[in-house]
Amino acid sequence: MNDAAATVTETTYRDAVREAIRDALRRDPRVFLMGEDVGRYGGCYAVSKGLLAEFGPERIRDTPLSESGFTGAGIGAAMAGMRPIVELMTVNFSLLALDQILNTAATVRHMSGDQFGVPVVIRMATGAGRQLAAQHSHSLEGWYAHIPGIKVLAPATIEDARGMLWSALQDPDPVLIFENVMLYNMTGALPASAGAVDITKAAVRRAGRDISLITYGGSLFKTLDAATALAREGIEAEVIDLRSLRPLDDATIMASVRKTRRAVIVDEGWRSGSLAAEVCARIVEQAFWELDAPIGRVCSEEVPIPYPKHLEIAAIPQTPKIVAAAKAALGQG
Amino acid sequence: MVDFRMPSLGADMEAGTLVEWLVKPGAEVKRGDVIAVVETQKGAIEIEVFETGRVEEILVPLDAKVPVGTPLARIRVAGEAAVPPPAPVPTAAPTPAPAAPAPVIMAPQIAPTSPAIPSRGRRASPAARRLAQERGLDLSAIAGSGPEGAIVYADVERGAAKRPPGGAEKKRAVGLDLDAMRAAIAAAMARSKREIPHYYLEHQVDVGACESWLAQTNADRPPDNRLLFGALALKAVATAVRRFPAFNGFYREGKYEPVPDVHVGVAIAIRGGGLAAPAVHDADKLSVDELMAKLRDLVQRMRGGRIRSSEIADATVTVSSLGERGVEALYGVIYPPQVALVGFGKPVQRPWVIDGAIGPRPIVTITLAGDHRASDGHAGALFLAEIGKLLQEPDKL
Repeated sequence: MNDAAATVTETTYRDAVREAIRDALRRDPRVFLMGEDVGRYGGCYAVSKGLLAEFGPERIRDTPLSESGFTGAGIGAAMAGMRPIVELMTVNFSLLALDQILNTAATVRHMSGDQFGVPVVIRMATGAGRQLAAQHSHSLEGWYAHIPGIKVLAPATIEDARGMLWSALQDPDPVLIFENVMLYNMTGALPASAGAVDITKAAVRRAGRDISLITYGGSLFKTLDAATALAREGIEAEVIDLRSLRPLDDATIMASVRKTRRAVIVDEGWRSGSLAAEVCARIVEQAFWELDAPIGRVCSEEVPIPYPKHLEIAAIPQTPKIVAAAKAALGQG
Repeated sequence: MVDFRMPSLGADMEAGTLVEWLVKPGAEVKRGDVIAVVETQKGAIEIEVFETGRVEEILVPLDAKVPVGTPLARIRVAGEAAVPPPAPVPTAAPTPAPAAPAPVIMAPQIAPTSPAIPSRGRRASPAARRLAQERGLDLSAIAGSGPEGAIVYADVERGAAKRPPGGAEKKRAVGLDLDAMRAAIAAAMARSKREIPHYYLEHQVDVGACESWLAQTNADRPPDNRLLFGALALKAVATAVRRFPAFNGFYREGKYEPVPDVHVGVAIAIRGGGLAAPAVHDADKLSVDELMAKLRDLVQRMRGGRIRSSEIADATVTVSSLGERGVEALYGVIYPPQVALVGFGKPVQRPWVIDGAIGPRPIVTITLAGDHRASDGHAGALFLAEIGKLLQEPDKL
């Protein structure tokens, strides 16, 4: 082990994202950040605090409240050779830019016969839990994972928060990064040497033999807590962090399910037509004969995310629900 | 509130079809009233209610086939007695105990089930089914530990481990797994007797003409080229069945479908125990010599365990012949989804009346096991008579 790797610092997910942006800005002069309140205010979730002072208004650009406009500007800059990082305040607001993302960013390479690409990275916050009510709390990353032509990432760990951005900027096509709002304050250790990470593979965050719990983003730690609770009852759950929602790493998912023969998918999106539904369908298509139980899903209740704290908690996946679903799949429900 | 459940109307009954509701929700019923009609393998049976009260809710729609014990309706008992009334039917599952106070966070429903969804036999996971198939195990003999009592992979593994010593390790005949074959016979025959309403007919046929013809034909042939009665029997059945399509085909998904080709399955006993009925394809179009050659080849390959899957799978009717060492008559069990099995007993010398005089004649008892869903005894009798008639003129076969 070298000295750099041995140096570990305690940091937060928020700081890890900021460090990733800072690193990219330093390494590549084509990189710039733009979005609502990213400059003077330091970002709605304080991710970009201090970057304006360090890099100046040319590279840390406050934009009007016009998602379609500035996302389109980012796409144009990327087509013209820049490497923009566009920050959308939340996934709910990203719908104003959906036309740019779906009809332009995702299609230009295809429609130009490969003459143009759109190497833009679009970051946004997603998820519930901060009592921001139904217009700021949804998990729509599954919708974006439906769109061919883009990649969709969901960093759940501090290491991925630090490392996915640079890999995304190297991609010749648009990459969307979804940061769950409940993760920003999470603290953890990060080696000083931490850098770019692979963005094509799912990760086994905990190995187990009895059931595969497949999740991503904000639900990862609830799922790991569920696995710990299950272990106390003698159930060894394997926890898969999808990391990339598009493309999905089928190989890792199927390898796990073939081993455990049971799966529960934990997804903060709504159940109907969800990413969980897609994962479920793929397991049935590719590993049907390995299954020992119906595939379970723990998703959000099909309501606009409520404002009151207790209802918000009840509306989204929580550890006891995951434990219950796992036990049901094992016939112990 | 009590459940009115699908009763068990016999030890072998697994499910019944609700064919008529004689009450509507809200109707007042009293103990002993007939409130529904259920179709079972034994026919339509009127079902009585054991409680007096009001029909609160009908849970199973008409024509739904549901397992024994499935709640069919909910009945609010008159006065809602403090003591729960006895279970409606002795064999029905007991009414579940009141649920514990619901936890704040409810378990999501993993496999939503509705009593209206007909269930086919026992639940087993895909992984369990595949393992059982690979190991030749009968799932019905394995207890399930999975969700809703389903048989899961580990249950099959345990089931395999519990087989008698020497079972799994027993030296197999080349290419043949006799344990698997026994399991397959058990499953097929149990299904046959469970599902097929067999009827049996027998017909005694003078095979003197066949014996003379065979003696004449075989006189100048080397032993390994001689014809046997079995080839004539096979040809007679194949020829007759072409004229009686109600015995040549498959009963599947509630309906009989005759098939144009005649592939006669020939029951062959395997040394060491075991039975298979590989098919002689297009038996009606082959000469007796060709049939004999096919028979020799099939028996040899079957006993060597080198049989083709098409031969195993697609017989359209079966012939079982006990030959010289058998008994006088055999009553077969139809191999589903086929609908008929023709049995030939061994030829025996009997006093027989011919042209008003009694004389010894070689008599073979030919039997028919017919599927009453596909044919009736009258047609069966004509079919057997036709086989007998054909055997009177072996030279024309």
